[in-house]
Amino acid sequence: MRPSVKQIWQWLDDVPDPEIPVISLVDLGIIRGVEWRGDTLEVAVTPTYSGCPATSIINLDIETALRGHGIDKLEIKRQLSPPWTTDWLSDTGREKLQKYGIAPPTAAGGPAACPNCGSANLNKVSQFGSTPCKAAWRCNDCLEPFDYFKCI
Amino acid sequence: MAQDQALFEYLLRLGDNTLVLGHRVSEWCGHSPVLEEDIALANTALDLIGQTQLWLGLAGEVEGKGRDADTLAMLRDIWDFRNLLLVELPNGDFGQTLMRQFLFDAWQSINLGRLMNSTDPRIAEIAAKASKEAAYHVERSGDTVVGLGDGTDESHARMQKALDYLWPYVGEMFLSDDVDATLVKAGIAPDPASLRDDYDALIGRVMDSATLTIPDSRFTHKGGKTGKTHTEHLGHVLTSMQWLQRAYPGASW
Ligand SMILES: [Zn+2]
Repeated sequence: MRPSVKQIWQWLDDVPDPEIPVISLVDLGIIRGVEWRGDTLEVAVTPTYSGCPATSIINLDIETALRGHGIDKLEIKRQLSPPWTTDWLSDTGREKLQKYGIAPPTAAGGPAACPNCGSANLNKVSQFGSTPCKAAWRCNDCLEPFDYFKCI
Repeated sequence: MAQDQALFEYLLRLGDNTLVLGHRVSEWCGHSPVLEEDIALANTALDLIGQTQLWLGLAGEVEGKGRDADTLAMLRDIWDFRNLLLVELPNGDFGQTLMRQFLFDAWQSINLGRLMNSTDPRIAEIAAKASKEAAYHVERSGDTVVGLGDGTDESHARMQKALDYLWPYVGEMFLSDDVDATLVKAGIAPDPASLRDDYDALIGRVMDSATLTIPDSRFTHKGGKTGKTHTEHLGHVLTSMQWLQRAYPGASW
């Protein structure tokens, strides 16, 4: 019997993002569709950034996880449209980021508070950070540098 | 000109712009004045190379001869490249690199905005993806041009020199030929000349804040996007970029 689509979403929710392992691929919002076509499972994945070097690892991780659950006919499709937006980050994903020390994206385009001490007295160090999806910020109160998940 | 042939040429132009500039920018990796800038340049290069994969991937599909993005990037020679001359120019100092980046980003963000309305959905979806990245790039390169232009006497002088050197390469972005005409007619791509007003407005605003003077002349070097006359610099770029695939054909890891 083939596993339900709901079951597969749960399995995918156990696959961590390779660069920010505290959140899952589902939290990140890059899994755009899970569907059975006959006996083949189709998973649609959208890239966060077109040059994100983690993309091929992500596909490999999805494949490894689902094969581990006994799915052998699997097709991973790249879906570009609509383009990924940080609005698709799940609420649990945002909480997990914050706890991990990465300020989650806000519509205002900058972090709401320092993930370390909660201060709103912050300044931007650089528009880019350690991965394509992050920017570098610093807290003016506790003086800790931190990553901010860029809003796009 | 047949539409598919024009489309192939046009996609090479888009993909070669981001490929050559992405390679140029990556030359800074490990050499930038400060760590944050090094990371920013590497990330910019990464976005550009990612966009290249999408454009050249589609080019290969349209051509239908089994060439993929890697083959197009690594196994064509100079005369088959279709990038603007601007992007193949040497990096110069950090200021010149960021000035070139801004002059390109400004055009790229406007052009991608128009391509989002392309009648070809494959182009529209790549443009929608890439334009988010381009918007981020132009914000950063624009801020940096302002910071350095309106900075110290030394940084101001260097930025003015960079603008004077690069300006005669800007006009090529707005020239058109049969390829453009064919695609404009089909609603696939915008008329390059129609981007000039938006471009001038954006560049004018930023150079004004940067206290820099845009040269008066509209003379432009050309021959990059048509592939007729590249500068000698492109040969040097390809020599380093393509060396591995040429020395060890089919190498992979
Ligand atoms: Zn703090």
